[in-house]
Amino acid sequence: MADRKAETEGVAFSLLNVQNFAQFRRRERPGKLNGRDAMKLKHVLLGTALTLAVALPALPASAEDGIYIPLLTYRTGPFAVSGIPIGSGMADYLTMLNERDGGIGGAKLIVEECETGYDTKKGVECYEQVKSKNPIVINPYSTGITLQIIPKAAVDKIPILSMAYGLSASADGQNFPWIFNPPATYWDGASMFIKYIGQKEGGLDKLKGKKVGLVYLDAPFGKEPIPLLEALAKDYGFELKLYPVTASEAQNQSSLWLNVRRDRPDWIYMQGFGAMNPTAVKEAIKINYPMDHFVGVWWAGGDDDARPAGPGAKGYLALSFNLTGTNFPVIQDVIKYVVDKGKSQIPKDKVGETFYNRGLLNSIIIAEAIRNAQKITGKKVINGEDLRRGMETLTITAARLKELGAEGFAAPMAVSCQDHNGHNAAFMAQWDGTKWVKASDWIEPLKDKVNPLIDAASKEYVGANAGWPKRTEPCDKSS
Amino acid sequence: MDLLYKIFIDPFVQMGAAPDLLVQTLWEGLVAGVLYSLIALGFVLIFKASGVFNFAQGIMVVFSALTLVGLYALLQRLGLSPGHVAAFLALALTIAVMFVLAFGVERLILRPLVNQPDIILFMATFGLTYLLIGVGQIVFGGESKVMIAEELYLPRGAIDFKLAGGFVSLQKIDIAAAVIASIMVATLAVFFQRTRIGRALRAVADSHMAALSVGISLEQIWIVTWFAAGIVALATGIMWGARSEVSFALEIIALKALPVLILGGFTSIPGAIVGGLIIGIGEKLGEFYWGPLFGGGIESWLAYVIALLFLLYRPQGLFGERIIERI
Amino acid sequence: MLYREAGQYKTNYAADVSVFPMREDRIGVIVVLFVAFVVLPLTANDFMLQAVLIPFLVFALAAIALNILTGYTGLISLGTGAFMGVGAYACYKLTTLFPQVNIIVWVIASGFFSAAVGVLFGLPSLRIKGFYLAVATLAAQFFLSWCFIRVPWLYNNNTSGAIEVPTRTLFGVPVTGATATSLTRYFVVLTIVVVMTWLASNLVHGRIGRMWMAVRDMDLAAELIGIRLLPTKLLAFAISSFYCGVAGALMVFLWYGGAEAAVFDVNQSFFVLFMVIVGGLGSLTGSFFGAALIFILPIALRVLAPALGLPLHPATVEQLQYVIVGALIIFFLIAEPNGLARLWQIGKQKLRVWPFPY
Repeated sequence: MADRKAETEGVAFSLLNVQNFAQFRRRERPGKLNGRDAMKLKHVLLGTALTLAVALPALPASAEDGIYIPLLTYRTGPFAVSGIPIGSGMADYLTMLNERDGGIGGAKLIVEECETGYDTKKGVECYEQVKSKNPIVINPYSTGITLQIIPKAAVDKIPILSMAYGLSASADGQNFPWIFNPPATYWDGASMFIKYIGQKEGGLDKLKGKKVGLVYLDAPFGKEPIPLLEALAKDYGFELKLYPVTASEAQNQSSLWLNVRRDRPDWIYMQGFGAMNPTAVKEAIKINYPMDHFVGVWWAGGDDDARPAGPGAKGYLALSFNLTGTNFPVIQDVIKYVVDKGKSQIPKDKVGETFYNRGLLNSIIIAEAIRNAQKITGKKVINGEDLRRGMETLTITAARLKELGAEGFAAPMAVSCQDHNGHNAAFMAQWDGTKWVKASDWIEPLKDKVNPLIDAASKEYVGANAGWPKRTEPCDKSS
Repeated sequence: MDLLYKIFIDPFVQMGAAPDLLVQTLWEGLVAGVLYSLIALGFVLIFKASGVFNFAQGIMVVFSALTLVGLYALLQRLGLSPGHVAAFLALALTIAVMFVLAFGVERLILRPLVNQPDIILFMATFGLTYLLIGVGQIVFGGESKVMIAEELYLPRGAIDFKLAGGFVSLQKIDIAAAVIASIMVATLAVFFQRTRIGRALRAVADSHMAALSVGISLEQIWIVTWFAAGIVALATGIMWGARSEVSFALEIIALKALPVLILGGFTSIPGAIVGGLIIGIGEKLGEFYWGPLFGGGIESWLAYVIALLFLLYRPQGLFGERIIERI
Repeated sequence: MLYREAGQYKTNYAADVSVFPMREDRIGVIVVLFVAFVVLPLTANDFMLQAVLIPFLVFALAAIALNILTGYTGLISLGTGAFMGVGAYACYKLTTLFPQVNIIVWVIASGFFSAAVGVLFGLPSLRIKGFYLAVATLAAQFFLSWCFIRVPWLYNNNTSGAIEVPTRTLFGVPVTGATATSLTRYFVVLTIVVVMTWLASNLVHGRIGRMWMAVRDMDLAAELIGIRLLPTKLLAFAISSFYCGVAGALMVFLWYGGAEAAVFDVNQSFFVLFMVIVGGLGSLTGSFFGAALIFILPIALRVLAPALGLPLHPATVEQLQYVIVGALIIFFLIAEPNGLARLWQIGKQKLRVWPFPY
């Protein structure tokens, strides 16, 4: 029949006309709903609207007696593969403290998650929503969200803990009294990378003439190390090549790695996160790039970043500032009190992975800061301002880590009034095919290069934002 | 002058200087093009038979891949030994799920909207997209998954061969993708030309009313069409998932199929293939040789601009039917 | 009984062709404005203002913009997000280059930049329409998204690529930046949205609106009766993009306080498109209804779920939002393709003869 189109058209013409008129009638008829159904629907909608109108103002009830800690996590979206273990690690440690010790210093911890999907918009919305419940600290877990919230923190008097992410310049405590980013900034990390490859090449002066490639996510997070790497390139004479990955093309990186293949950099540093990482590792394997010359920042060193690439990913390096594994008393406690009791949101075999442990470390920092704040102020239930003081005088020594059951888990860290970061050391971890293992000693950052840059960047930030509030909070004595 | 040199001469000089990179780029473009044309194929199938522009094709790719991986994990948990048997059983179950999806879509979306203008049906597929995204995330979780490539006998590794001083690396999975795509296209072509249902599909594509008047059941045809598109989506999902991972980010990549359709014509299967190859190769060549001029990353919009230029001069695409508006 | 035309006589032509012919309608509009300007500021808490009302108004404006283009003129556009971004970045550049000029002036001026870009990408609309035009606007969306990331001049060469909103004042009160209270910002946004809605209403009820609707219904016939297609379509693109630009500037300057390129990606375009579909194509009140439903729904879910005792994890709430939005779109398209606005009209129609059924 399809071959005799013309004839059938003639036959069907009258039917088609009917169809046309039917379309005409469509426009005039008031939709498929007749009057009665419309009324019923209207009643339903009206009822729903009334319910909402009643419920919405009955909105966020402020926290009962306890310390409210909101966690801005992402369990959906392209970064969920990393966000899920981090978020679970953060939540599980705090839950363990509640279960095992009844809170901190007698005050219970109220933990609530807000889903951001690593989306800056949703992150800001989450911030606005939790603001009214008196949170003591905000962990945005996204550099993009952190950048948006930084100006609001000082006005709303809520400290932000952006552990090893966020704005590198916010390490300057003088200009950013409410922002904290221990144990190391991205600039520290990039300098550690340069130091490491300098070691491998036989001295930092041997880097002259070499090519270093930076594969980065084309977002505020990814662009962070660029100023430092450019400065170091000038100092040590290596050539820096930039390879940006657009977030929407994170899984389609073949052209980018063809460029890498054309340029053949001697070393590659990856400032990547989320779904971009495993794809990058796979592409690097495809172009036969030597894995032991491929170094990722600490957020590119997750188990799910290397494992999907298969056996070829062996040798891939990444910076890290916490150890993996469950061989620490504190993690055993977490397993006993939280995971085995079914209060955790991830399966047991994921406990001990790099990102899970990192989320745990984040919560350890928060808990220690709370303890410190309780000591300074003498209050049990502290608020945001108290926590700021507690965080600013925070020192976690190696002995304290041992008390916590985390001996050797991370490097000891100290935050001070002027230095909200500490510029602590990290180490190189290497993927051995099944897990991450420590592959170098603790590497100190090039503080003499990083600190002047941070001061300059901090001044520039304040200058660009007219009306940036001057610091009025006094410096407590270090505890 | 310098700019003109950079745009018109330099890229070709580079092409000649490193022919192995050129061949590699062409190959990458070919592979990407094959995958785009598979997605476009799904669009064409549905558009031909029901006149609906199925925006949900992208999410169907993701959803089918997720179902496959999820069912495989479920079978493993239920005790079936991992490996090829479980994988193919999961594959069969996924095909059944796609059939149920086709049936559901026909019953719940197409039938109530049967006489509506095309724009309404187009928007309805938007709604279907979001619905599938939500359901997929709730049932399977939001994080990326690894495709069970090995269990499905899909090859790993690469074939390297030397070319003019460098090397060209052809991933075996990409070769498999190209082969499977060609088999699928050939099967569909035979299906449309030779079988009874294929003829019925072509009849419905020409004119719904005439097909009805000859006794062809539109509902059955629609179920068959959406099911076929679902199978194509599943094949695409498997291939794409094996190359990178199965995640919801694939859904946005599926938007790239739109320029393919514009180039090839909305109603033509060979057009979808040719259009896909042109877009894929054009995109990769453009990104690699002309991309650095713009600062890189032009892949995200190059395909659309190519399609836009095509639209201005040949709106029906290379193989489509001329759109004749009658009052 | 409550909504009767009886006794209302029109004594001149102006009254006859007015937008709100019935007295009850006019009273209703005044009541709504009173609630918006007086009651809500007095009773709403900070959260309501900042997280519900201000974004609702901003998205309503964006939905009006898309409605002008797709609902009234029939040109499908998937580039709304990008045009909003053009407005936001234009406002940012203008205010950082000329900080002494009032920010409201720049917010409105940024609309003109957005309109210019919209006209540029609307030029193909004479040759192509329908789905093909949707692809052309997608090209605009992706290209402009790329520009927001790769043209450093747009974000003042900031290393992070994100823009921060500087503090600006109006009559001495800060309206943008971290120190601006949500009440001040709410008033500013409300005033701008009310004025622009009034302008849009006059446009669509007048000669230009009728030209647009003629083009939508059958452009060949419109051309035959003397409506010049290209200027009409370009005007639709221009005005729609103007509204998009202002909405984008409001969004960044008076709601978020900052932005990065990802805020204006293709998902934002889809978001606004859904508001328009659910609210009703071709209706200004529909834009408001659609924005309310699609935007407030996830917040309501997040709030109601614990209130009703359902232990919904925040991630599940996110995912449920997708399911509900998708189901709502399909439901509305099946049950009432003309959206919530049509339901509202039917309701009013029923109210006119209430308590009688007809």
